[in-house]
Amino acid sequence: MRFMSYAVAAGLAMAFTVSTAQAADISGAGATFPYPIYAKWADAYKKETGIGLNYQSIGSGGGIKQIKAKTVTFGATDAPLSGEELDKVGLIQFPMVMGGIVPVINLEGIKPGEIVIDGPTLAKIFMGEVTKWDDAALKKLNPDVKLPSSAIAVVHRSDGSGTTYNFTNYLSKVSPEWKDKVGTEKAVEWPVGIGAKGNEGVANNVANTKGSIGYVEYAYAKQNKLTYADMMNKDGKKVAPEMSAFQAAAAGADWKGTPGFAVILTDQPGAKTWPITAATFILMYKDPKNTADSAAALKFFDWAYANGDKMAAELDYIPMPDSVVALVHEEWKEIKDTAGKPVFAMN
Amino acid sequence: MMDAATAEGNFVPAHDETKRSKVLRGFRRSDRTFRLLTLASAIAVLVLLAGVMLSLLIGSLPAWKAFGFEFLTSESWNPVKDKFGALPAIYGTLLTSFIAMLIGVPVSLGIAIFLTEICPQSLRRTISIAIELLAGIPSIIYGIWGLFVFAPWFQSTIQPFLIDTFANVPVLNQLFAGPPYGIGMLTAGLILAIMVLPFITSITREVFDTVPPVLKEAAYGVGCTRWEVMKRVVIPYTRVGIIGGVMLGLGRALGETMAVTFVIGNAHRIVPSVLAPGTTISASIANEFTEAVGEIYTSSLIALGLILFFITFVVLAAARLMLMRIERKAGK
Repeated sequence: MRFMSYAVAAGLAMAFTVSTAQAADISGAGATFPYPIYAKWADAYKKETGIGLNYQSIGSGGGIKQIKAKTVTFGATDAPLSGEELDKVGLIQFPMVMGGIVPVINLEGIKPGEIVIDGPTLAKIFMGEVTKWDDAALKKLNPDVKLPSSAIAVVHRSDGSGTTYNFTNYLSKVSPEWKDKVGTEKAVEWPVGIGAKGNEGVANNVANTKGSIGYVEYAYAKQNKLTYADMMNKDGKKVAPEMSAFQAAAAGADWKGTPGFAVILTDQPGAKTWPITAATFILMYKDPKNTADSAAALKFFDWAYANGDKMAAELDYIPMPDSVVALVHEEWKEIKDTAGKPVFAMN
Repeated sequence: MMDAATAEGNFVPAHDETKRSKVLRGFRRSDRTFRLLTLASAIAVLVLLAGVMLSLLIGSLPAWKAFGFEFLTSESWNPVKDKFGALPAIYGTLLTSFIAMLIGVPVSLGIAIFLTEICPQSLRRTISIAIELLAGIPSIIYGIWGLFVFAPWFQSTIQPFLIDTFANVPVLNQLFAGPPYGIGMLTAGLILAIMVLPFITSITREVFDTVPPVLKEAAYGVGCTRWEVMKRVVIPYTRVGIIGGVMLGLGRALGETMAVTFVIGNAHRIVPSVLAPGTTISASIANEFTEAVGEIYTSSLIALGLILFFITFVVLAAARLMLMRIERKAGK
C-alpha cells in the first residue's frame, strides 16, 4: 500500500514537472541534417537553463510547411528560401551551422583521399556518361592510381533532401549539361543510379555495393569510415574534405549582400576551399503570434552561437564565423512584437 | 429459435405465460441489438472504405487535372520541372509482385505438399513452426537483411553469373543486363517471395488437410503415384483455397513497403533488365512524401496511392471472378 502511494506520488510529480517543462519548450521542425547538433545543443542548454527544445526532424520541406502553418516557433531548412519568398510570408532566415558534402566511393584497394575527382567528371558520372572506373577522364585526374575497369554504381538520395539540393546545385554550376537536363532541386530526376533514403541509407549502400559512388554529409562519411574522394575546387587546386576547407568556403561568401543569407556555398573561390559546402537555415516570423516563444527561441540560438562551437566541431559541423553571427544579430531586430519593439534584446 | 421456444412452451404451465413472454421479449430485444451492432460494424467498413477512396480522389485531383491520362503513361518523374508520371512505379509494383509469385507460389505449394503428404510426423511440427516464425518477422527486418546480407552476396555471386551466362543469348541478355548493383527489381522480387511464402504455405496446407482421406486412399488404391494423387485429386479438390492463399500473398506483395524500399534501388525508370534498380508505388510514397514540396508533387504521390488502391481492387475482383467460375464449373 505504502509502495503504491509512493509510486502514485512519484508519478504525479513526474507528470507535473514534464508538463511545466513542456510549457516552456521551444518548438521547431525541419531539416534532418542539423538534427544531431540541434539535439546536442538542446541537451546542454536544458541542463543550463531548464528550457528544452522540441525539434521534429521531419525534413526541410516539412519544416517550411510547418512554419507556414504557424504550428512551430521556428522552421529549419537546408535549401534556403529566396528573399522574395521570405518577404511574401513575412519570415526572416538566418544560417545556423554549416557542413560539407563529400563524394564517397567503394573501390577495392582504394583508401580515403587516394582518388581525386573534379566537378565536370562528377557530373558526368551522375549523368551516366562516365560508366567505368578506368574512364579516360578519371585516369587523367589520377595518373598514379591503378583504376579497375569495373562499372560505376551511382548511389543517390531517394527522398527529397537539402543535401541533394546543394549537391545538384554544385553540379549545375560546374556542368551546363547537368543544369540543362537535370537541374537543382531537393529531389531530381536522376539519369542513373540507385536511390537510398537518408544520408545513412546512401552511406550503407555505398559501403555494401562494390564499385559505387555516392554523396553524403561529411559526418556520415567520417562516422561510417567510408572512402571519400578528394575534389578539384574552383581554383583548380586539389583539396581534401576537412574542417578548414569547409570554413574556407564560408569565408569568401557574400553573406551581407544576400537577402535572407540565402548563400549557397558550392563552388566558392579560394585555393583551400572545399567545393561542396552547405549551410542550414532557421526560419522565423517577423511578427510572431507568441512573442515570448520567439524570444525564448532566439535566446537559445544566441546561446548556441556563443557556446556551441566546440560541440558542433565534435559532430563534424562547422560553426558560423563570428562576422556572420554579428549580421544575424542585426537581422534579429526585425522580429518585433505588436508594439514594434524587438522581442530579443542583445545584452 | 422461435420454433424451439414454442415447442418448449407446450410443457410450461399456463400461469407462467407472462413470465415466458417477458423472457421471449428479452430475447427479441437482445437479438435486435445484436443485429444492429453487427450491421453497424459492417456499415462502418463500407464508410471507411468510401472515406479512404474519397480522400485519395480529392487529394489526387490536382495531379489528374495537371497531367490527365498522361499520368498513367508517362515515364518522367521530375520534381524540378513538376512533371510526374506513374508508369515506372506501376511497372515496378507489378514486376516485383510477379517475380515474387513466380518463385513464391511453387515453393509454397511444394512445402505444403511435403508437409501434408510426405513429411515424417516428427519433422512436421518443426517445419510448421519455422514457417509461422517467418510470417512473424517484421518487414523492416527483411529489408535490413536484404540490404546488408542478401544484396552484397547477390552482387558478388548470382548477378555476375546471370550476366555472364546470358550475355550472348538474345532477349535474355536484355533481361539480365548489368552492371550488378546487388539491389534492384530482382532482389526486391526475391525478398517479396520469401515474405509471401508463409502466407501461401499456411493456407494451402490447411486446405490440403481438408481433402477427405478416402479420396486419396482410393487414388492410391488404383495405383496412382504421389505426384498423380496431388495433381489429380488434392489440387483439383482444393483449387479454390489455393487461389485464395495466392491472392492473399499477392495482396501482401503489392502493398509491401519497407522491405522493398530497402532493396529495390528507388529509381523512377523503366529498363528491360530485372537487375536494374526500379521503384514501386508504395516505396515511392514512403520515400518522398515527407519532403514533397508543392501541390502537384504531393498530389501526384496521392494519385499513386489511388492507383495502388485500384490495382489491389482489380486483383481481388479478378480472384473473386475466377473463384466463381471455378465453383460454377465444379457445380455442373
